[in-house]
Amino acid sequence: MKWLMVAIIVGSTSLADLLQSFEMKRHVVAAEDLRPGRLTAMLRGLAKRGPLVLAVFFMAISFFAFMKLLSVADLSFAVPVTAASVALETVLACLVLHEKVTALRWAGALCVACGVTLLAM
Amino acid sequence: MAGGRAVVDLPTATRRIDLKTKLLTLFVVCTNVLGNFSMSWGMKHQSVDLGLSPLAYIRLIFTPWVLLGTTLLILWLLSRMTLLGWADLSYVLPMTSIAYVLSAVLGKVFFGEQVTWQRWLGTAFIVIGIICVGLTAANTTNQEPAR
Repeated sequence: MKWLMVAIIVGSTSLADLLQSFEMKRHVVAAEDLRPGRLTAMLRGLAKRGPLVLAVFFMAISFFAFMKLLSVADLSFAVPVTAASVALETVLACLVLHEKVTALRWAGALCVACGVTLLAM
Repeated sequence: MAGGRAVVDLPTATRRIDLKTKLLTLFVVCTNVLGNFSMSWGMKHQSVDLGLSPLAYIRLIFTPWVLLGTTLLILWLLSRMTLLGWADLSYVLPMTSIAYVLSAVLGKVFFGEQVTWQRWLGTAFIVIGIICVGLTAANTTNQEPAR
């Protein structure tokens, strides 16, 4: 059950992040839109974007799987182990989103992935 | 002045964008850590066997700690979405990974969870990774500034 939940969380989180990054770069939210007075309008705008709605759907799956995982595992296991998506998403960001991932960034992502693996041990 | 707007030299504007991105990253990390902590506290102090029933989970969302955690995680979701518009996914992911370290620390302090030497070594790796990624440009695909 524990590892099934981890697999569901990693898979759905990766899909949700790719969809969010793709859509949020098409229509960038300005810093001014984060003010409390404009938050409702911002939310209304976000709700009309198909890829974001799909991303939220995948995040909801991840959220409920995370709740289940927390009920059967330690917080210090549950949070780090789900970060297995860092390495996978960096590769996908390079291949799908065409981000310029430099050697230093690859090294950083690799360090983070190693660190997360050690935390999960 | 040009067209009613102040002319800002490029390095100053870039520094301002960089500062806003870093402040938003900090906000994303704080809401994530505190949200996960509240959720974990709520889940560990509930006595109901959850099973796989969605109704049990929905009822649980309205208990105080889980509700606080959910609210913080909604704020985290919105701020992270905004951050993903300002910076690369391959930048946001490692930079926000400090949340994993802080969660492990909170787990030790508040829940008495055991943090072994492997976990501390993992923490060191994550911090080194964050420093490496922090030295790279936040956005390599979208040059539109965060106003």
